[in-house]
Amino acid sequence: MSLVELRNVQAGYGGAPILNGVDIAIDASDIGVIVGPNGAGKSTTLKAIFGLLKVSEGTVSFDGQEITNWEADRLVPLGLSFVPQEHNVFTSMTVHENFEMGAFTRRDDLSDSLEMVYEMFPDLKAKRRQNAGELSGGQRQMVAMGRALMSKPRLLMLDEPSAGLSPRYMMEIFEQVVKINKAGVGILMVEQNARQALAFASKGFVLASGQNRFTGTGRELLDDPDVAKSFLGG
Amino acid sequence: MNELVFFFNQVVIGGVVLGSIYALGAVGITLIFGILRFAHFAHGDMMTLGGFITFILAAIVAGFGIAFPLPTGFVVLPLAMGIAAVLALGIDKGFYAPLRARGAKPVTLLIASIGVTMMIQGLIRLFFGSSTRSFFDGEPKKLIRIDLPFEGVTRPISFTEPQLLLVVLTAIAVIALHYFLTRSRLGKGMRAMADNADLARVSGINTRLVVRVTWVIAGALACMAGAMLALDVSLKPDLAFNILLPIFAAAIVGGLGHAYGAIAGGFLLGFAETLAVFNWAVLLRPFRAALPDWFEIPGSLALVQSEYKLTVAFIILVVVLLVRPTGIFKGAST
Repeated sequence: MSLVELRNVQAGYGGAPILNGVDIAIDASDIGVIVGPNGAGKSTTLKAIFGLLKVSEGTVSFDGQEITNWEADRLVPLGLSFVPQEHNVFTSMTVHENFEMGAFTRRDDLSDSLEMVYEMFPDLKAKRRQNAGELSGGQRQMVAMGRALMSKPRLLMLDEPSAGLSPRYMMEIFEQVVKINKAGVGILMVEQNARQALAFASKGFVLASGQNRFTGTGRELLDDPDVAKSFLGG
Repeated sequence: MNELVFFFNQVVIGGVVLGSIYALGAVGITLIFGILRFAHFAHGDMMTLGGFITFILAAIVAGFGIAFPLPTGFVVLPLAMGIAAVLALGIDKGFYAPLRARGAKPVTLLIASIGVTMMIQGLIRLFFGSSTRSFFDGEPKKLIRIDLPFEGVTRPISFTEPQLLLVVLTAIAVIALHYFLTRSRLGKGMRAMADNADLARVSGINTRLVVRVTWVIAGALACMAGAMLALDVSLKPDLAFNILLPIFAAAIVGGLGHAYGAIAGGFLLGFAETLAVFNWAVLLRPFRAALPDWFEIPGSLALVQSEYKLTVAFIILVVVLLVRPTGIFKGAST
């Protein structure tokens, strides 16, 4: 049984649907990467899983339980976590408070998780009393990921985590993604830097016009001449 | 020296009292704006309503012939705040929540709140008439005088017992609010939602609960401010509607959505108002001998006539918006 499974999902913002039947299945051991041209519905897919827009047809299930159109405050305790692409930190709150907000649905002791997050992003430990709005773009992305990890997710969804980051920060974020996955958290991410991301993806999904175009392991997609020609820039 | 004591009584005590009322009202407006993104015009009338709830409770308690060492209005205040919080929740559920559920724009909610204003004022006038009432018909309003141990000072520092209690209670409320917002899980969740509502939702913060808590706090503080204003002056149906504009100015000057800014803005406006209407001629009189003969000290030398004191709020508002458009503290700009 897959950790998260989308079957023929159609969704949109009320007008014409943006997703016209997307199928995705990810296991806890997987790093799934969604790639595709602009407007293909990559981010929309993540938002549809997270109940941020209405799924009109098809089903989303998590660990065998159907969660179609559930609200986020029910999904987070279940083990889903989402890092939006933009505006993904609370700028007027300290780094530490951002992490506490990630654990809002938890009632138990947070010290283990906090220690883990600070160990993962040592840069942030010294800045824990600073407002997240004062940090650089790369550091903000780390705060955003840390915030999402504080709920002890079983599935972490990332929307273009490397967008706008320098290569150094991009590699660091990708390394952390692999590390998080090794610790048993399923990953589903949307990436603009398709080649780098597919290189470490165990599952790749190429979307176009709100539908699956190609599905395979990251390696298969990278080696497929059609995918390379149409979606990876030759 | 007597003149300085007069200045202290008029400006410092007056400013602290007025500032406290403004601050408590402005905090509610700024919290509601931060969480729900609309200017809650009915806030002044929620204050007035709080004043009337307190008045009724005080009358009931007095009817039983129970006497307290403190003014009855203050004794029943916690209960009145509880009732006002429930009414605030009811107003939200009845009028604003259905609009939000339909995805109404902030301006629609603002107009709805003007409707709520008229409704509350109308109901108050319907049941209580438009007369002015006092909390102190049945009990004396104690005056506190502190004689200063300086030679030649005959005028004491003086204020009323309600004024003293008002300032103490405001301080307690502000400290309690500070601890709530910075230490409690729900308070931090409130700040998170004011900062970035989408991300708060994504983080699993129960945004409906945050909205309810916002109304409870705003409603209780509005009741507190309205009751204390009525205890300091008198109770009438347009009690707080008249000071709604300075309260809004305080919230905007402090940076909308910023709780500490609203408190600072409230005191800033309170002091500015008392300073502006103060008769500065009083302070010049002791220097009569040192002034040239042709200079005659006018009878009244206030910056603003007290009938026009509302303009003070607007001058400050306009200046702050020109110099720092987001308010003294950085607030939400939308």
